[in-house]
Amino acid sequence: MSLDRTDIEKIAWLARLSIAGDDIPNYARDLSNILDLVKQLSAIGTANVKPMAHPLEITARLREDKITEVNQREHFQKIAPAVDNGHYLVPKVIE
Amino acid sequence: MYQKTLAELSQALHKKEISSVELTQIFLTRCQSLNSKLNCFISMTPEHALAQANAADVQIRNGTAGPLTGLPIAHKDIFCTNGIKTSCGSKMLDNFIAPYNATVVERLNASGMITIGKTNMDEFAMGSSNETSYYGVVKNPWDLKRVPGGSSGGSAAAVAARLAPAATGTDTGGSIRQPASLCNITGLKPTYGRVSRYGMIAFASSLDQGGPLTRTAEDAAMVMNAMAGFDKRDSTSACEPVEDYTAKLNDSIKGLKIGLPMEYFDEMLDSTVSNLVHAAVEELVKLGAEIKDINLPNSHLSIPVYYVVAPAECSSNLARYDGVRFGYRCKDPKDLSDLYCRSRGEGFGREVKRRIMIGTYVLSAGYYDAYYLKAQQIRRLIRDDFQKALATVDIIIGPTVPGPAFKINELMNDPISMYLCDIYTVSVNLAGLPAVSVPAGFMDNLPIGMQIIGNYFSESRLLNIAHRFQQVTDWHQRIPEGFN
Repeated sequence: MSLDRTDIEKIAWLARLSIAGDDIPNYARDLSNILDLVKQLSAIGTANVKPMAHPLEITARLREDKITEVNQREHFQKIAPAVDNGHYLVPKVIE
Repeated sequence: MYQKTLAELSQALHKKEISSVELTQIFLTRCQSLNSKLNCFISMTPEHALAQANAADVQIRNGTAGPLTGLPIAHKDIFCTNGIKTSCGSKMLDNFIAPYNATVVERLNASGMITIGKTNMDEFAMGSSNETSYYGVVKNPWDLKRVPGGSSGGSAAAVAARLAPAATGTDTGGSIRQPASLCNITGLKPTYGRVSRYGMIAFASSLDQGGPLTRTAEDAAMVMNAMAGFDKRDSTSACEPVEDYTAKLNDSIKGLKIGLPMEYFDEMLDSTVSNLVHAAVEELVKLGAEIKDINLPNSHLSIPVYYVVAPAECSSNLARYDGVRFGYRCKDPKDLSDLYCRSRGEGFGREVKRRIMIGTYVLSAGYYDAYYLKAQQIRRLIRDDFQKALATVDIIIGPTVPGPAFKINELMNDPISMYLCDIYTVSVNLAGLPAVSVPAGFMDNLPIGMQIIGNYFSESRLLNIAHRFQQVTDWHQRIPEGFN
C-alpha cells in the first residue's frame, strides 16, 4: 500500500492537521510502511467472526434522569485561549 | 530512607521513626539534585506536597492514618491534577492547568498519599521510548545513553532511581509493563475497567488502563487497594467487587499451572532473554508450580491489529484539541479552518500526527470495513486464544519485551521497529486482561522483565505469584549505579 502526496493532503485535511509541504513525503513513507505492516490482516479468514469493540462487552449503564453537574462556566473558561462575556472566541465564520 | 520500599516506609511512618514532612523532604531534595540527570519529571510540586504531608502527619498523630497515609507518589502527567499543569507530554497541553482531579488522583489523595510531581512521558502516551515527549527524552538510570521505555518512562525511571517510592502509569499497549521491564521495577496493568479512566487523558479508550509502578509486588498491591474500584464517572468502569490485594500475597502457589506460549519462545527470541525467563519460571516450579506448553496462534497479528484499533480511537479522541476551549492555539489564525489546522499541526508532535492520520485513514469511507472492522474481528480471535489457553492453565508467562533498553535515537526514525518492541504486551490490552512485569535478571548489565498474564480480575493472584517470586529472588533489589 503506497500513499502519495494527494492522499496525505486529503487525510491531513480530514484530520484538520497542517503539514508542511516538504514534510509530506516523510508522512507518505511512514504511513505507507504502517499500512504495509497492517496489510497481513487481509489474508486472515474472519467469516462469521463478530467484531470486538470492547474487551468486557458490557452495555452502557443507565442512571436516573437527574441533574448531577453544576454550571462551572467561569472555572472552565479560565483556561481557554480567548473568551469574552462567557463566550469562546473564534475567527469570524459568517460575514 | 529512600532505599526503603513503600511497605517499609509505611511502617517507619506508623512507628514514628520519621514524619511524612521529613520523608517528603528527602524525596523532594533527591529529585532536585538528580532529576537533571534523568529528566523524569515535567513538574515538581513541592508546596502542594508539603501541605499534604503536614495533613498526613496530623492523621498519623491522631491515629486516623491508613497504610498509605504520608507516603510520596509521582503521577504520570496524563492524570489530571486540579490546579497543577497536566501536559500529557505535549506542546498542545503545555499551558493546561487541569480544572479537576482524575479519579485515580482523587483516590490516592484520599488515601493520604503525597503528590511530589508529574512525570515525563511519550506525547499523549504514544511511544515506547519516551523520545516523543515535548519535554525531551528521559534517560534510563541503568545506562544514561539508553531509553527508559515508554510511554510511562518518567514514572519507571523515577521509581528505579529511587526518586519516588511509587508512581502511577497508564498502559494502552504496554506503557506500564515495558518501561518497568527496561528499568528493573514492578509494573501492573490491571484488567480493563478495574481502574477508573476519568480524568486520565484518553488515547485509545478501549485499551487504556491505569496502574501502579513500584519496586515490589507488595507495594503494587498497596497502591492498587486505593486505585481500583468502580467509578460512576467512567462509563466502562467495572462493577466487580475489589479485593484486598495485600491479603493473599503470601498464599502458596503449589499446584499453580503456568502456560508457556510456544509463539513467545520461538527462534526469533534472543536466547539470553529466553534463558532468563525460563530460569525465572524454574524458581516458580521450585515453589510448587507446574508448567505446560500452550499456543496463542494469532499472537503475531496483535501488532497489526493494534496499529489499526489504537490509531482509530486516537484520531477520534484527539479531535477535541481544536485551539478553542483549552490547550495550544496558533498565532493570528486567518479563519476557523486555519485555527483548527495550525493549532493541531503546531501543537502535536510527529508520532501523534502519524497516528491521527493512520486512524483517520482507516476510519474513512471505503476503508472502514477493510481495516477497522477486520481488525476488530481479529481482535476477537486474539482474545479467544487467551480464553482457550486460560481454560487449561492458571496464568501465562513470557518475556515482557524482546530485549533490554535500546539506545536513545536508535529507533526514532524507524517507527515500525519501535512498534515491534510491544509484541508481547499489546495482545494483553487487546484482550483486556491483567498482567504484571517483574524483574527477572540482567543482560549486559541491563534489566530484563518477565510478564505474568492472568484471567480477568485476577490481579490478586498475579501479585501473589509476583510476590512469592520476589521472596526467592533479588533482581528487584538491584539499584542502578549512581543512584544508591
